[in-house]
Amino acid sequence: MRAILYGNISKRFFRVWQRNFTVYQKIWKISFVPPLFEPLFYLLAFGIGFGALVGKIKYQGLEVSYLAFIAPALLAINIMNNAFFENTYASFVRMYHQKTFDAMLTTPLSIEEIITGEIIWGATKSVIATGIMLAVISVFGLINYPSGLLIIPVALLGGIAFGALGMYFTGITPTIDMFNLPIFLFVTPMFLFSGTFFPVENLPGWAQALAVIFPLTHLVNLVRSLSIGSMHANLLWSVCYLIIFSLVLFPLALIKMRKRLIK
Amino acid sequence: MAYIIEASGLKKTFADVTAVDGISFQVNQGECFGILGPNGAGKTSTIRMVYGFSPKTAGTLKVFGLDIEKEWRSIKARVGVCTQENSLDPDLTVEQNLHVFARYFNIPPAAAREKSQQLLKFISLDQRRAARIPELSGGMMRRLVLARALINDPELLILDEPTTGLDPQARHQIWQRLEELKAGGLTILLTTHYMDEASRLCDRVVIMDHGRILVEGKPADLIKEHIGHNVIEVNDPCAELRSFVKSLNIESEDLGHRLIIYGQGRDELFHEIGNKFCKEGCLLRMATLEDVFLRLTGRDLRE
Repeated sequence: MRAILYGNISKRFFRVWQRNFTVYQKIWKISFVPPLFEPLFYLLAFGIGFGALVGKIKYQGLEVSYLAFIAPALLAINIMNNAFFENTYASFVRMYHQKTFDAMLTTPLSIEEIITGEIIWGATKSVIATGIMLAVISVFGLINYPSGLLIIPVALLGGIAFGALGMYFTGITPTIDMFNLPIFLFVTPMFLFSGTFFPVENLPGWAQALAVIFPLTHLVNLVRSLSIGSMHANLLWSVCYLIIFSLVLFPLALIKMRKRLIK
Repeated sequence: MAYIIEASGLKKTFADVTAVDGISFQVNQGECFGILGPNGAGKTSTIRMVYGFSPKTAGTLKVFGLDIEKEWRSIKARVGVCTQENSLDPDLTVEQNLHVFARYFNIPPAAAREKSQQLLKFISLDQRRAARIPELSGGMMRRLVLARALINDPELLILDEPTTGLDPQARHQIWQRLEELKAGGLTILLTTHYMDEASRLCDRVVIMDHGRILVEGKPADLIKEHIGHNVIEVNDPCAELRSFVKSLNIESEDLGHRLIIYGQGRDELFHEIGNKFCKEGCLLRMATLEDVFLRLTGRDLRE
């Protein structure tokens, strides 16, 4: 099984990434807008409007402003969304409506290389958006440097994890409308309960246990610690969790996509 | 001489249907080989195995003398494919479609630019290089798919129904290009259910139905063997004519509203029928591959 999965992956997967990058270069001006303005909207609404009600929040024994608490969560959510939506809706359109993968399969590319290229592209979009957002948030003095620079490689790791998850759903979803289901079941609960807008510790015990399973909880934990500049041992565990999550979902995505496309 | 494609006992089974049921054929270098058959005969399933898209269920399949299962990547690098469905990249321009495709073959950018310029000229789209795909007509799109399939200078060109859905002008445009490629020595494998297309382009054809090959040969030989030289068609034949033809004991087909008589040198019979039975609605024509096709695969609708 392993030979079938990985034996077909050469560095040629980069050609698939390059195809998406060529398309991105044509529309980059529009792609730049959401990560530029979205954090501003959120910071305004939650940080300034809502934050006035909340005051200071305790995080890792430190007192931080609500603004400094949610700014990293916005980055983490953004990492999740960029990769997840790229490898669900956008990949599905390329696969099903545009027949882009069918055309690629008449060339020396393997299906595994196509899917790898797509997932790495999804992660790339997470990294690009993170770079822009990081710059915007840094203007408000909410990111601690140099540890904040590590958020970029974390975005790549998180992008691969959520991209592989999205690709897995693309492999099994019958129609594009059906993506509503995984979004409702996974993405929305993660968005709300992964220690994003309030600490996980505020949840009841059973919900806390559930939140630990969410990859976004670990991504938020990483980005927040790096933003605030408070390094602690459980960061390593969060990195490991995201790596293991990717190592499980990536081959699952390959298997499902091969099953779906190769007939 | 070594074959470009060599299939023997080739079989493809999907969950509950056998699409290709143990077929054998060979394609020689420089020849245009046609796979004909009604919808669902197994044409597309066959060529999808040849270009390494579908894994075969059983049998052996060699392309350029190489095993498709083991050496798929090097085989695909030497093959050009025009799929049935339009798979041009709508996110890219005409020219970018070729450039991006060239990258999939690891063709260096300078060589890709030169090759795509040459190909755009070949398909008369050099004036539309910056156009977006949705702006193109059906015929232009199909020509661009052809150009894209040629970007890697293939030794074998595979076309799945290259002119389905095109108007006569566009079809002739495609045929002309394919004839030029053939004259240049390119080996071509195509599927079609247009018999005029097969007669014009193919050196040899197989007619498939229900996953099996019914006949194989040169179009002209198949016509001679299965139909003869001429065909007489009579519209709304009267009962007297029917019994007359029956009494002659010759190859004929009675479709109710139409009587078809096959055979060699039918001029005299034609005049006799015209004089004795019907002044109008009677026609003598050359036999075509379509007659062979309909005789062998039947006249029932395939849906």
